[in-house]
Amino acid sequence: MRELALHILDIAENSVNASSTMVRISIHENTVSDRLSFSITDNGNGMDEELIRQVVDPFYTSRTTRRVGLGLPLLKAAAELCNGGLTITSSVNKGARVSCWFQHSHVDRMPLGDMVSTMTMLLIGYPDIHWIYRYEFNDRLFEFDDEYFKKELGDIALSEPTIISFLRCHLEEGMHGVRELLLLSLP
Amino acid sequence: MSTVKTLEDLKKIREEALEKKKAKATSGAIQVTIGMGTCGIAAGARDAMKAILDVIEADNLSGVIVTQTGCIGLCEKEPIVQVTIGEAPMVTYGKVTPDVAIQIMKDHVIKNQIVTGNQIQLA
Repeated sequence: MRELALHILDIAENSVNASSTMVRISIHENTVSDRLSFSITDNGNGMDEELIRQVVDPFYTSRTTRRVGLGLPLLKAAAELCNGGLTITSSVNKGARVSCWFQHSHVDRMPLGDMVSTMTMLLIGYPDIHWIYRYEFNDRLFEFDDEYFKKELGDIALSEPTIISFLRCHLEEGMHGVRELLLLSLP
Repeated sequence: MSTVKTLEDLKKIREEALEKKKAKATSGAIQVTIGMGTCGIAAGARDAMKAILDVIEADNLSGVIVTQTGCIGLCEKEPIVQVTIGEAPMVTYGKVTPDVAIQIMKDHVIKNQIVTGNQIQLA
């Protein structure tokens, strides 16, 4: 996977498979502290210490369960190569939180990639889950909480054409706005 | 079709969608499912789903339900897309590149003609 956005999609799929009803995806790009970090927090089944150890180790991951593939170990290795890391905090029935960080300016750091597509897929693909998306660039924040949005829509499917347009536009402009404002504030 | 940007416009979208739904109620439901396991994502499932949403948006296709599923054990055939139209049996496609995804939407979903080239038979 060549984008962080694909890894984020992969981790969020794990959250969905762990029977979560709420998933929060949070990204922070900080060019001052030279750090790009993100976390995926859910309220699903969670994992015990043994399973946490297994999901980040490619040699212990059980293929028969297919619960987690090679996604996490590869991401952890990529982060460590860029002066970063990956941690998982979780306990059984208490949800899970995957945090990952990179040196922002590291030449081998994967690009963040297409987060608009990742979020659109998750929102449309799993309408029963409460999604919260936060994108922070230095001190500017864009936040999208789909609760209000879905309440307004009622029983209309999110895969209706006008709604796909709305979601894409809203996410695109939200993220762009956070970045653009920063550029305008430069001397 | 004008693009909608603000949350305030949602009510309007909802009313429009409700009217379309009424008009569509007689035809069979269309469901498109994309495999989004690690294997699917690594093989390009997000691009396939993006292409599917592009067609829905561009052709203004109302009433198509797009969902995701995890790994179904056919990792080597990913990205996998499954289409169900009304009461007809589900059709499974493998190696769905964005171009194949567009073809599936244009031929199968719109004209109800199965795309034979990428169809896979589930045992």
